[in-house]
Amino acid sequence: MSQEILEGLAAIVNEVAGTPVADITADKAFIDDLDIDSLSMVEVVMACEDKFGVSIPDGEVKNLKTVGDAVAYIEKAQA
Amino acid sequence: MTTSQRRVVVTGLGATTPVGGDVASTWEGLLIGRSGIRLIEDERYADLPVRFAGQVAVEPTEVLERAEARRLDRCQQLALVASREAWADAGAPEVDPERLGVVVATGIGGIVSLLEQNEILNTRGWTRVSPMSVPMLMPNGSAAWVGLDLGAKAGIHTPVSACASGAEAVAYGLEMIRSGRADVVVAGGTEACIHPITVASFAAMRALSTRNDEPERASRPYDKGRDGFVMGEGAGCLVLESEEHAAARGARVYAEVAGVGLTADGHHIAQPDPEGRGAKRAIAEALASAGAAPSDVIHVNAHATSTPQGDVAEATAIRAVLGSATDGVAVSGTKSMTGHLLGGAGAVESVAAVLALHHRVAPVTANLEDPDDEIGLDVVHGEARALRGGDAVVLNNSFGFGGHNVALVFRSA
Repeated sequence: MSQEILEGLAAIVNEVAGTPVADITADKAFIDDLDIDSLSMVEVVMACEDKFGVSIPDGEVKNLKTVGDAVAYIEKAQA
Repeated sequence: MTTSQRRVVVTGLGATTPVGGDVASTWEGLLIGRSGIRLIEDERYADLPVRFAGQVAVEPTEVLERAEARRLDRCQQLALVASREAWADAGAPEVDPERLGVVVATGIGGIVSLLEQNEILNTRGWTRVSPMSVPMLMPNGSAAWVGLDLGAKAGIHTPVSACASGAEAVAYGLEMIRSGRADVVVAGGTEACIHPITVASFAAMRALSTRNDEPERASRPYDKGRDGFVMGEGAGCLVLESEEHAAARGARVYAEVAGVGLTADGHHIAQPDPEGRGAKRAIAEALASAGAAPSDVIHVNAHATSTPQGDVAEATAIRAVLGSATDGVAVSGTKSMTGHLLGGAGAVESVAAVLALHHRVAPVTANLEDPDDEIGLDVVHGEARALRGGDAVVLNNSFGFGGHNVALVFRSA
C-alpha cells in the first residue's frame, strides 16, 4: 500500500473532519470510525480527485468503506 | 397579551461584535465610546463609494475548531461563538432537550458562502461545488447549528425581518416560553454579509454613510452630519428562561423580558413612516404588555442607525409614547460604535439594554457632536451615564426594511 497516498488521504480527512492524523489508519472506516458523514465524504472525494489526479465516480464511493479501500482505489486509478 | 402569563427572565448573555469578541469587551467598549468601524483592506472595494465597515474584533476562526469552522458560513460561526458564551454565562443549565428551544435570526443568512460557491461553479464546474453549500447558505442554518450544538428539541426557528430580525428572535423566544412550548430558549441574531455586492447594494439605495476619510466617525446617530448607516457584522445571544426554571436552579437573573410590541408600517418597502406611527404602536404595545408606565422607563437602546430619516422618525415615536417622561430617559445609539449588525443588531442591542439595566449605566452615543434639533431626546454622549436605581424598565427598539417594528421591554429583576 502506498504510504504516500495514505499520508495524503490522512491529511485530507484531518482537514475535513479534524480527526487526528495518527488515528487515520488503513483499517479505519470513514463513517463509523473517523467522524465522516455522507456530506464530508463528498468533500473527501473531491479533495482526493484534486490531490491525486484521479476520478472517483459516485458509483464507486459506496465501495470505499475504509481508508485502505480508498488508498487501493487511488493506487489502481493512478496506474 | 396579558401580564398574567409565565414570567420569562434573562440568565445568560453572549456577543461577538466589531467592538469586542465577547460580552465583557463589547460592553466595556460601548461605555467608553470605542468604535469598531475600520477601512476594509480589500482591493475589491477600491471602486465602491463605501470602503469601510464594522468587522468583528475577533475572527471566529480563532475561537472555533478548524474542522468545525470550515463547515459553517461566517454568520453561523459568529452565532455559535455568541451562543456558547451565553450558554456558559447561564451556567450551562440542565434542561430536558424537549423543553429547550433555539431562535436565531438573520437578515440574509449565508450569502457570502453562496457567492463563493457561485464563483467555484463558474470557474471549476459543478463537481467542485461544496456539499456543505446548502447548509451554509440556508438562513435557518445558524439556528440549526446552535440547536445541534445544544441538543435542543423543543423547536428551532429563524425569524427574518431585515434589521428587526434579532429583536424578533427575542420576541419569539419569549412567546415559546410563555405559551408553554419550552422552559429555556437560546435567542439571538447573527449577520456576516459584508461583501462588495452587499455594500454596493446598500450603497445603491443611498442608505450608507460614505465618510471614507473618517470611518470611525461615520456612524453618528442624531448628529446633523449623519449621512447613512455603516454595515457591521456580529452576533448576540440571550438565554431566556421561565422564572420558575431559573429559580429552581438558583440561576443569576439579569432582567425580566417583560413586554414586546410587534407592528408593521404599511408604508414603504425601505423608508420609515416619517411620523414613526408603526414604531409608536410597537413601543406602546411593548410597554402596555409589560404593564409599565412611561415614567418607569430609564433607558432606551434606540435603533438609531444614523440615517437622516430613520433617526427622526424613531425619535418622534419615542416622544409620542413617553410624552413628558421622555426628558428623563437616557437614550443611547450603540450603532455609533458597532455599526449596523442588520439581523444581529436587535440581539446585540438587547444584550446592551439588559446590561444597562443590570449595571445601571447607559452606554454612550459616539460621534454626536452637533445634535439635530429635530430629535428632541436626551441622548447620552460624551461619557456613559449612571441610571437611577429601584424598579425600572428599559426599552430596545429595532426596525427593518419592509416596515417591521419590534420593541422589547426589559424589567429589573
